[in-house]
Order: sequence, then structure tokens, then C-alpha cells
Amino acid sequence: MANPKIDLKNLKAGGFIKERGKDLFTVRLRVPGGRLAVDRLAKIAEVAQKYGKGYVHLSVRQSIELININFADFDQVVAELGEEQQKVASCGARVRVPTACGGCEYNPNGLVDTQASALEVDAKLFGTATGHHKFKVCFAGCPFDCPKSAINDVGFQGAIWPTLDADACISCGLCAKSCTEGALAMGEDGKPVFSAENCIYCGDCVKVCPTSAWQVAKRGYSVRIGGKWGRRPLIGTLYATFLPEEKAVDFIATVLAWYQEKAEGAGRVRLGDIIHKEGTASLLERLRVDFPEYILASTIPPQIVDTQLPLKG
Amino acid sequence: METVDLRGVTCPTNFVKAKLALEDIEVGETVEFLLDDGEPVKNVPRSLKADGHKLLGLKETDGYYVLTLEKGE
Repeated sequence: MANPKIDLKNLKAGGFIKERGKDLFTVRLRVPGGRLAVDRLAKIAEVAQKYGKGYVHLSVRQSIELININFADFDQVVAELGEEQQKVASCGARVRVPTACGGCEYNPNGLVDTQASALEVDAKLFGTATGHHKFKVCFAGCPFDCPKSAINDVGFQGAIWPTLDADACISCGLCAKSCTEGALAMGEDGKPVFSAENCIYCGDCVKVCPTSAWQVAKRGYSVRIGGKWGRRPLIGTLYATFLPEEKAVDFIATVLAWYQEKAEGAGRVRLGDIIHKEGTASLLERLRVDFPEYILASTIPPQIVDTQLPLKG
Repeated sequence: METVDLRGVTCPTNFVKAKLALEDIEVGETVEFLLDDGEPVKNVPRSLKADGHKLLGLKETDGYYVLTLEKGE
């Protein structure tokens, strides 16, 4: 296999990851939100069978990775996957493929359309070079937060604000019983009393209400910024509430621009560490320009998780 | 009015049993379901509502719930 011809354009956005064996690579595929058509899945299986070693790996960020691909086959692999519009993902200092839960279409817990958000972000921001380090985005449909939004650079969590139509209420008490946050209690008139200061926007009252007396007054995303996992984990903190779904892309772009600017010269450093250095006020102020009605007055820096290593004493 | 006792039946079997019971009555007729506290009473009423039935009442009685429902289309 002397001088195999490779189209280097295919390698630009990354997604081809060197393996242990000579000439062998993992090819990471782009599956935003972890949803893919069965025809695409069949094509991936066909390509994996033909060029790989007969198995694939499901990455922890919802992508399918082809294993043991010889670099001489890159062009054919990309071309054959392309027959079903399957694209290769990225690695390195770029905006990664967004992850998402199943969302609201079929999951009764979903409060927002996380699949649509993931596709939109993937289409508009995937592969953008940050200049510094990787940049991860995820969409969770509700506060159960299966996708773990707070350990992403920008993490979105579906939220709703409830309102009661007292005439439709049959005083069954299920909402007060279901509210685990202490935001609802039954009043003396047999109707629920809402303590807004305890509400985390989970929508359990709306979901459980048998007569739809509890309705959605407001819907959007709680947005956390600055999270990551790895050697030195950080838990992202809250910057915005009820950000409309259609503003997610612009919001991420603003955070990304702030990161690109503030991390200049800092080297390979994640967003959360830059926030620790710059302070939260600077980022809040930047976001407030375009998203004034959703941004918190203040927030806390990304929360450091003590990994207990290195061992002390 | 028919009463269907779904106490002691876990999710989602209770919901499926409720659906089967509803197949045996006419649209517009009412039926009563007895449901355990906890997950059953949180899930079954809203699932039946989502199926298009009309919930007339839900009352707690001696540690369980009585759901009164009118069969929809």
C-alpha cells in the first residue's frame, strides 16, 4: 500500500482518531442528539463490516465509532457513508456534536424539543474552531437531566413555568403530592397554593394534573455554563432561565465568542477555567447585551469537584 | 357504574388493564378505577386522559384513590 491517495479535506474537522495498531484509525460519526434513521444505521453497519473489524463502539456522547479503519480507506468510507448522508464527527479544539435526550415528541417527561435544538446547533455550529480547547453542548428535556447538562461547556435543561386554571381544578391534591420541591401545598379552599420561590421549573404539576388545570405559562431552557468532566471536573452554573428554544444557537455563539476572546494566549484551557480567571460578571454582561430578559443578575463560578487525587498526606 | 380494582397492580400493567376494561363499555359511560397511591395514581389518570377519556373526579379514600372517568372516543 505505497503512497495511498487520501483527500486531506476529509481530515480537516477531525473525527479520525489514531489507534494503537499501525495505519489504523477510529472514525467517529456525527449523530447529533443520538437519533438516526434506521437506513443510516444499516449503512453504518455495512461500512463497518466492509472496512472495520466487525464491531463498532458507542461513544459516551452518542456517536457511533467505526473501529480499526485503515487510513488508506478513508475516502471510500466517507463516500459510502455519504450515500445515506452520514457524516464524520470531530475531535480537537472544536464545537463538538451536541448531545440530547429523546425530547418531547415521544417521551412524556420531555418539556422541550431537544432533538430539534441539537439538530439546529449541529447544523450551524458543529466543527467551529474555538482556538483553545473542545467545546461541548447538550440538551436535556427536563430537570431529570439524563444528558447531564451541567458538565458541558454550555448545557441546556428544559423548563416550564406553571399557571393554575382554578376552575378546572378538581382538588384531587395530586400536584401537591407530586411536587418534590415544596413549591405546592393544598390550601384550605381545596386548591393548590404555589410557592414560586421553591419551583425548579420541572413541570411535574402540569404533567400529573388529571384535568389540565395546571398549564404551561412559559417554556424554555435553564442554561448552565462552564461545566466539564475529566481530570479536574467543574459543574457549570446558571446564567439564564427560560431562554426560548429558538435562541439557543445565538446564545451559544455569544458564549463561544467570549471564550475565544478571553482565552487568547491561555493555551489549551476549557471555558470553565477561563470563567474562574475572568469572573462571571464579564460573561453575564456580554450575554445581557443580546438576551437581557433571560440573564440572571448574578451567578456563581463553575463549582469545583474534589476528585481526592492526588491523595493528601 | 362498574368499578375496576387496580390496587396491587403495578405500572404499566394497571394502565393496560384499565384500557382493556374500557374496551368493554360504551363511549359516554362512566367507570371507576381504584388506584394505589404513589406511581399508579400519578401515571394512570394522565395516561387515560392522554388517550382521550374524560376525567370526572379523583378522590383519596383510606390510602388509595378512586378515579371516576367517562369513556371518550
